[in-house]
Amino acid sequence: MKRLCILILAVLIAALALPAFAQAPKAAGSNLTIGLVMVGPYNDRGWSQANYDGMLYVLDKVPGTKLVYIDKANSADRPGTTVSQLGESLVAQGAKLICFSSDDMMDEAVKFAAAHPDIFVIMTTGDQQWKEGKAYKPMANMINIMGKMEYMKMVAGVAAAMTTKTGQIGFLGPLINDETRRLAASAYLGARYAWVNYLKKDPAQLKFRVTWIGFWFNIPGVTADPTQVADEFFNSGCDVVISGIDTTEAVAEAAKFTAQGKKVWAIPYDYSKAMDEGKGVSLGVPYFNWGPAYAKTVKEAMNGTWKAHFEWNDPDWKNINNPDTSAVGFIKGNLSKEASEGVDKFIGELAKGLNLWAGPMNLQDGTVYLKSGQKATDQQIWYLPQLLQGMTGQSVSK
Amino acid sequence: MPFRETAMRDDKKTRIIFGLGSVLAALALTTAIVAATGNNPLQAYGNIIQGAIGSPNVAANVLVSWVPLALATAGLLFTFTGGLWNIGIEGQITLGAIFCTWAMRSLQDTALSPGIIIAFAIAAGMLGGIFWALLAGALKTFGGVNEIFGGLGLNFVATALNLWLIFGPWKRPGVASMSGTLPFEPELWMPTVSAQSRLALIPLALAVLALVIAFILLRGSHFGLRLKAVGKNPKAAYLLGIPTWQHMLLSFALCGAFAGLAGAVQVSAVYHRLIPSISSGYGYTGLMVAMLVNFSPVFAGPVALFFAALSVGSIQLPIVLKLDSSLAGVIQGFLVLFVLIGNGLRLKLLGRKRGSI
Repeated sequence: MKRLCILILAVLIAALALPAFAQAPKAAGSNLTIGLVMVGPYNDRGWSQANYDGMLYVLDKVPGTKLVYIDKANSADRPGTTVSQLGESLVAQGAKLICFSSDDMMDEAVKFAAAHPDIFVIMTTGDQQWKEGKAYKPMANMINIMGKMEYMKMVAGVAAAMTTKTGQIGFLGPLINDETRRLAASAYLGARYAWVNYLKKDPAQLKFRVTWIGFWFNIPGVTADPTQVADEFFNSGCDVVISGIDTTEAVAEAAKFTAQGKKVWAIPYDYSKAMDEGKGVSLGVPYFNWGPAYAKTVKEAMNGTWKAHFEWNDPDWKNINNPDTSAVGFIKGNLSKEASEGVDKFIGELAKGLNLWAGPMNLQDGTVYLKSGQKATDQQIWYLPQLLQGMTGQSVSK
Repeated sequence: MPFRETAMRDDKKTRIIFGLGSVLAALALTTAIVAATGNNPLQAYGNIIQGAIGSPNVAANVLVSWVPLALATAGLLFTFTGGLWNIGIEGQITLGAIFCTWAMRSLQDTALSPGIIIAFAIAAGMLGGIFWALLAGALKTFGGVNEIFGGLGLNFVATALNLWLIFGPWKRPGVASMSGTLPFEPELWMPTVSAQSRLALIPLALAVLALVIAFILLRGSHFGLRLKAVGKNPKAAYLLGIPTWQHMLLSFALCGAFAGLAGAVQVSAVYHRLIPSISSGYGYTGLMVAMLVNFSPVFAGPVALFFAALSVGSIQLPIVLKLDSSLAGVIQGFLVLFVLIGNGLRLKLLGRKRGSI
């Protein structure tokens, strides 16, 4: 009998304790200090600045919010520190919500969220809270946010294909993972679509080459130098380089080659003003607009409606550059009339439901990825295992 | 008392005056630099202090940072005593981390208990450090390669090897990333004082032990005495019958063991995986600490703690003042520089007094 009592008591305690662990942190109320952890410098004119600007948007739109941040949160720039430790320094400054804004911080963000169940955590680009995802790890205090950049990379591919005279496009890739594979593949799908459907050319004539540098930005002595990789592209016949890295080396190099009399272009990435360094040589920029999603999530933390989830946000097809509604956008740069019309036409078709992630489609090694008529699921796109057939470059790290 | 020594004596008082002067000069220059950037130096120092001892949590982080620094410094005391500039310590830390990772990867799927796996991994890390240090030592003793150049070269090789492993054989499935290898399962993390804390007691105890060993061996053993003789004058030591190169190699091995242990601690207790910059510059900072304390095992621990506090505390600077956290490095560098200048000046002044009479 005594044993039974103890057992019942234990079950009761467990039943009471479980939901307590699985509960989101208490609503922050009318004031909230946000802590933003960025992988690169906050003014990198790329990924980190796009995130920083997203938080400035939150400060502007959500009353009662304050921002503390730390940038260059990577072990090369801040040796000896861990990202969760940096998150804690922001908590020490009063932050109740920490946004880890880089894929590089995944492991540490999970460590941090587990150790601090009372702090809200945004893990940007992550898939830990995606029930259908491969990395699902339920944590009541974590939300994953990502924008559907795939669309805008396709647009970039269209701009590149409509512009190239040599038929050779280079993709300056960061490191190899699911995200970078699917974004490079999206750029290729857009380029091939324009090449075949708008320019009526033979797809075999389109060369699309990917070179990875090894990280999101240049770390001297550790990564390949993106400046040299861009130069190599331009010297070996590519006249358009699509950048997939956080910083703007591709644009700078295109400007340098143009000054030397070569006709080349680049497409920067991540940040809406990334073209400023080379307006004449930039065909446009696919960029993230983190503000709206961050603002919504911050409000949820404040008013108590926070619920752990994963979101992969669409552009606003009515106006992909609407700062209040569109998660991703594309700003046109120095495009020819024909290329500009091609880009507009393509965006119109996407808005009407054009899906380039449809079969028949093979992976780089020839295995079938999508059968004829088959449409890729979100999971198939997110976890694209290789580059696609027709693309040159490393698919998987060897 | 001879007349010539009354003008300026090389006693405790003189040393303290010169030491304090050096520290003040370093502080003054740093202050001037901060002020020149338009920031309030007092506020900057206040933030560093707050960031280092403002809460139990940050104080624990200082200790986490102190462990590898103290280990590296303890190791360097041996090589410095032997008259050797073991610049290769960074590579020795890296190799320790690599060997530790290798052991954990090999054993993580076996039936061995986590405690035993960690113990093996720590031992493997120490072996890795010894191996890399002996390479530098062998190059010096048998190849005639100055240990500074040999060490530098071996540092580059260690970094390249580390990157190759992370981007190649030990990469995450399908992913090549600077983020490092896949983290080990939490059972294989060195236990910390609490779930919230980053501080593990075993590495802390090992670092204290390393300093004690350094103290006993260098201050109270025949080995320490002979090593000192080798360091001061290898030829004379050799003529006195001390096996010179053996002592040099042994000091390399001891330094490598401690450095390798530091690398193993970084893997098993801090990052829980192998990352590209796993040595985190602790070797170079350890060189500074060892020089600053004039190779004294007594002061190595406290000064390493001060340096760790500076590094951890300075994380506040970019957050609160938008000031670069490399200010801590500037202070550390100036301190070493001015103390060395102060020492040189003191000896020169003493020498001149003696020479002039």
